[in-house]
Amino acid sequence: MNGRGQGSPLLEVKDIRLSFKGVKAIDGVSFEVYPGELFAIIGPNGAGKTSIFNCLNQVYRPQEGDILWKGQSIMGLKPNRTAELGIARTFQNIALYPHMTVVENILTGRHIRMDTGWLSNALWLGRARRAEVEHRLRVEEIIDFLEIEQWRKHPVGLLPYGVQKRVELGRALAMDPELLLLDEPVAGMNLEETEDMARFILDIQDELGIAMILVEHDMGLVMDIADRVMVVDFGRRIAIGPPAEVQRNPDVIKAYLGEETGAASDRAQPVG
Amino acid sequence: MLGRPLLRTSYEADMALFPSVTQRVVFALFLLFLVAIPFFAPGTIGESGSLPGPTFLGTSDWLRLLVTLGIYAIGALGLNILTGLAGQVSLGHAFFMAVGAYTAAVFGSPQGPLWGLGLPIWIWLPMAGIVPAILGTLIAPAAVRVRGLYLAVVTLGLVFIGEYLWRNLDFITGGSQSGRTFPALEFRFWQEEEAVLSMTEPATWFGVLNMSPTAKTYLFVLVLTAVMALVAKNLQRTRTGRAFMAIRDRDVAAEVMGVDEFRTKTLAFAISSFYAGIAGALLATFIGRTIPEQWNLNMSVEFIAIILIGGIGTVTGTLLGSAFVIILPRLVADLTQLGERLVREGGTWATILDPLVSTGSGDWGLVNTSAGVAPGLSVDQLNLVIYGVLIIGFLIFEPLGLYGIWLRIRNYWKGWPFTY
Repeated sequence: MNGRGQGSPLLEVKDIRLSFKGVKAIDGVSFEVYPGELFAIIGPNGAGKTSIFNCLNQVYRPQEGDILWKGQSIMGLKPNRTAELGIARTFQNIALYPHMTVVENILTGRHIRMDTGWLSNALWLGRARRAEVEHRLRVEEIIDFLEIEQWRKHPVGLLPYGVQKRVELGRALAMDPELLLLDEPVAGMNLEETEDMARFILDIQDELGIAMILVEHDMGLVMDIADRVMVVDFGRRIAIGPPAEVQRNPDVIKAYLGEETGAASDRAQPVG
Repeated sequence: MLGRPLLRTSYEADMALFPSVTQRVVFALFLLFLVAIPFFAPGTIGESGSLPGPTFLGTSDWLRLLVTLGIYAIGALGLNILTGLAGQVSLGHAFFMAVGAYTAAVFGSPQGPLWGLGLPIWIWLPMAGIVPAILGTLIAPAAVRVRGLYLAVVTLGLVFIGEYLWRNLDFITGGSQSGRTFPALEFRFWQEEEAVLSMTEPATWFGVLNMSPTAKTYLFVLVLTAVMALVAKNLQRTRTGRAFMAIRDRDVAAEVMGVDEFRTKTLAFAISSFYAGIAGALLATFIGRTIPEQWNLNMSVEFIAIILIGGIGTVTGTLLGSAFVIILPRLVADLTQLGERLVREGGTWATILDPLVSTGSGDWGLVNTSAGVAPGLSVDQLNLVIYGVLIIGFLIFEPLGLYGIWLRIRNYWKGWPFTY
């Protein structure tokens, strides 16, 4: 399949460490993501999954370690620069612009692909007008792809949760990314919505060839669709590999189910 | 197309400002009405008097109010870009208006005891926008670091710094005692004696139209307001406006989507200050002479009131809000006078209005026309009370302001006679 997971890595994360005033959110995590790959990160609540995402687009700055995008360090860039490089993301708690319509929301994803300045926009010059129409076309393609035509002109704040999740995915897709970070795309969805979303994710991988990192608690979904899985716990990587392999890893089982004996361990201590 | 006027077949048609024929016709008629207003004045046409028709808006008194309305609308459009679109609450609008006004004075007024370069309007009016915009860009780095209430306090500081500055820069502002005059609205190519088009002298156009200075100023301000409103609308519906709204709604998400927060907020400050400067310059030249204390916090609050009452984040709402806030005090004053007259005349109306209107020191009433003499509130105080009540009311019941009310009325009739 279109050579996914082949070649040099798209993204390399090298031993990043992030702490907030002594609380270690990420404690030395390393992994690579290859072009076209569907890479999943799983772990118990508070394991540092979303923090890893925030480091990848530099909303948080890890104190140690390095993050390489196509071999170049992205450490210290502004978040909007990482977007221009080709890293898009969705959020765990939907972060759409509630007062704007679906079309407008997805159009903001085109922001980095448009080059009209404020002056030509203010005067509605031919250039600005053409750009608006041209990018609207692309937005309509995405709307078509995600099957949200009927909500096109609705303010997203009024839409049902499942649809909002799709719009958010659309906004990220509109950025024409090479890597898509999906933070719990099916959280709080029913079975049907989950299956729809899984279909969209697989379509994105197959048809658009975009690499994805997926953070998700729905184990069934992760094990079904991910190419590789990384398990994190307490900010540390405890396993990485194909889903079937990870599932059998004793450390993973321990992290999720606890230990069989009551022996004192890190897990047994209350977490502050 | 005749068969299905609401069928849109291109994205360009979908993005049009007035997508339906009805909207276009109504808007054109409204514009025509606005242009025609000064011609309803008695004495506008030739020797014989006015155009046949209503003269209710023609007296120069009301026309002056409309000019003020247009100028305030320009200022409010600017604040709406900063506060309504980009979500940055600013109380410093009066400061930037003052900068615009004094820039206009320095560039446009003839050299006298105060600074003045005596340049024509096509230099001083744009400069009155550009200089505040540059100043806004310089101040923005300090302002974009703080949010919400803190930003309001920072910008509040601007107004007070400004008042201090204007009092002490008396070689520009004329100081608190006398203030200064501002350049007249006159078109000159350069500094020649005779103005090409003067808005301070009456003239006869096309041999029949007697144009008073106010009528000409009105038309000039009308054109400017329309252009500025169109520009604001264009900004709102394109990439720039979407970046503003994205920063307003979710700043972290906007950044992750590639919107440069710093640049975007700075741009919002600059554009908003440009509008403020133009409005300030026009207001000052229209009033003729102002003292530094005029550009105070009250003025900033008036603009906040306009965008809140009108409907925050919308161009239409801002225009509605300007009309409301400017015309309301006049209506209150007129109605109070009418009430007073009716009470004096006696009869049924007197009985109803007596508790409301005070006619003299002995007569109790809610409102009076002779401030300080009769009991009750003065008209100005009553206006303040009404503003306050309206702002609170709109914030609680209709956050979209007058525009929201208009939307509801429109949607009701769209579906009529069905409920939805």
